[in-house]
Amino acid sequence: MSDTFFSGAPHWTWFIILYFFVGGIAGGACFLAAVLDWFGGPEDRPVVRIGYNVAAVGAILSGALLTIDLGRPLRFWHMVLQSANFPAIMFKGWSPISFGAWALLVFGVFAVLSALGGMAEEGRLQNPALRAVGGAVRGGSGLAKFVGGVAGLLGMFIAGYTGVLLSVTNRPIWADSPWLGALFVASGASTGAAALILLGLRRGASEQSLARLSAFDTKALVVELLVLALFIASLGSVNRVWLSFWGLVLLVGVVWFGILAPLRLHMQRRPVAGAARLVLLGGFLLRLAMIFASEGVDRYRVAAGM
Amino acid sequence: MAEAMGFFTDTTVCIGCKACEVACKEWNQLPAENGGIRELSGDSYDNTRRLDGIHWRHVRFIEQFKGPYDGRWLMMSDVCKHCVQAGCLEVCPTGAIIRTEFDTVVIQSDVCNGCRACIAACPFGVIDINPVSGTAQKCTLCYDRLKVGLEPACSKACPTDSIQFGTIAELRTRAQKRADQLKAQGVDAHLYGADPTGPLGGLNSFYLLVDKDEVYGLPHKPQLPSRNLAKSAGFSVLSAGVLGVLALVGLRKRRMDQVGGSGGSN
Repeated sequence: MSDTFFSGAPHWTWFIILYFFVGGIAGGACFLAAVLDWFGGPEDRPVVRIGYNVAAVGAILSGALLTIDLGRPLRFWHMVLQSANFPAIMFKGWSPISFGAWALLVFGVFAVLSALGGMAEEGRLQNPALRAVGGAVRGGSGLAKFVGGVAGLLGMFIAGYTGVLLSVTNRPIWADSPWLGALFVASGASTGAAALILLGLRRGASEQSLARLSAFDTKALVVELLVLALFIASLGSVNRVWLSFWGLVLLVGVVWFGILAPLRLHMQRRPVAGAARLVLLGGFLLRLAMIFASEGVDRYRVAAGM
Repeated sequence: MAEAMGFFTDTTVCIGCKACEVACKEWNQLPAENGGIRELSGDSYDNTRRLDGIHWRHVRFIEQFKGPYDGRWLMMSDVCKHCVQAGCLEVCPTGAIIRTEFDTVVIQSDVCNGCRACIAACPFGVIDINPVSGTAQKCTLCYDRLKVGLEPACSKACPTDSIQFGTIAELRTRAQKRADQLKAQGVDAHLYGADPTGPLGGLNSFYLLVDKDEVYGLPHKPQLPSRNLAKSAGFSVLSAGVLGVLALVGLRKRRMDQVGGSGGSN
């Protein structure tokens, strides 16, 4: 029996699952937007702007979800400042939750700046202060590319550190494999691309952009499937945890509906919206299964060999 | 710094009276569960069942019965291990968890914001949220009592000296003598967490056990959560790198197509 079965469940449930899902989408979408910002053409601009908007909204929503989830939400700032030694910085580079709090904060700032730059590019900013900030990082400028590039790199970090955070515990499944962070990175990239496809279809994305995102999503799903296989293989005897409802969710919801079905749709060149919706469903179910499968382990019964 | 202090729990003399649980609850003013209406476990005489945010001491009953006249009771008063290398302290993002001058590990309730990272990091399942304070809580080894020269409430109340309090050096000597004595009597006894070169650098609350560690709900080889950090981060970077290259290659292909297309038209 793995020693992880003797630890206690941290009660990370719906708010955290939603955060992992939203953060993954925001991070993945921001990364792809930054790549298209740097290397794409004029026809990619709508998708770039959508990506930065998704990142900004996702970062703000992520912060709200994490704050609500705290036992003492008004102490959210204790994550970044020392409450007993205000205003000294609170930072632990070896603690993913501390590192992640800072990363989310900086990611949020850069994502909001990039989104404002995109809005300035479209001439949608009316407020003088916002127009001044947005104008400084106006989409397409060199500074905007730099800000977007930083946001994109931080986005990939946000998508993946949540998996590392789970691994740096002593809980069953999470701490029994080093592949969870890599899996969340791949899922963040695939769900980010799916979100861009769905929003792009409604907001004037070009055919070329959508086709390229669809092609990238196909590759990201293949990577996700490979990493998921490595993750399962690395769990060894702990895999008995999947002999439960959550194993069914992982197999049917994530592997079949979330990866294989959209892969098939992508390859058949069927409407990309259907594939994108399935990818988003799979990304959510992946987080759901990973969290609840571990949360549900009853440590006392297992410890007693029952 | 004061000398390292801790507990040595000799499980062979525990009678399961739960005086330590009561003394702990009383001294630390821990709330009752379920409004004071106790739900019976239904499968054990132990109805506390676990350590958590409002149970900082728990007398575990291990009922080993093959038949009505063939069996034994094992009892162990469980508590925070005050690890020399503490996983909870390692991950705490607010700095709420500190190591005191007595080499014990304490959660400052006025600093903790209830993120619960420490709960998942503890290899022993010791910490949980106190629903009254909304913060993570566990045994403080009666830090307030130690500060004024008193021994912790649980060991003070223990009627059989199953829970012994003292300096770690003295307790280790005492524990080894007791283990040797039991072994000489043919009892298969061993110490858990007394070895400073063992897992987590040793535990400042260690035990004498007469069955496998797992039987008492203790991990055989507890580890720090950070053992996974480098590997997990490395694989994540690898995954991000592969996806980054795939994204860039996709775009480069488009450019090459464009270059090819414009070349063809010339």
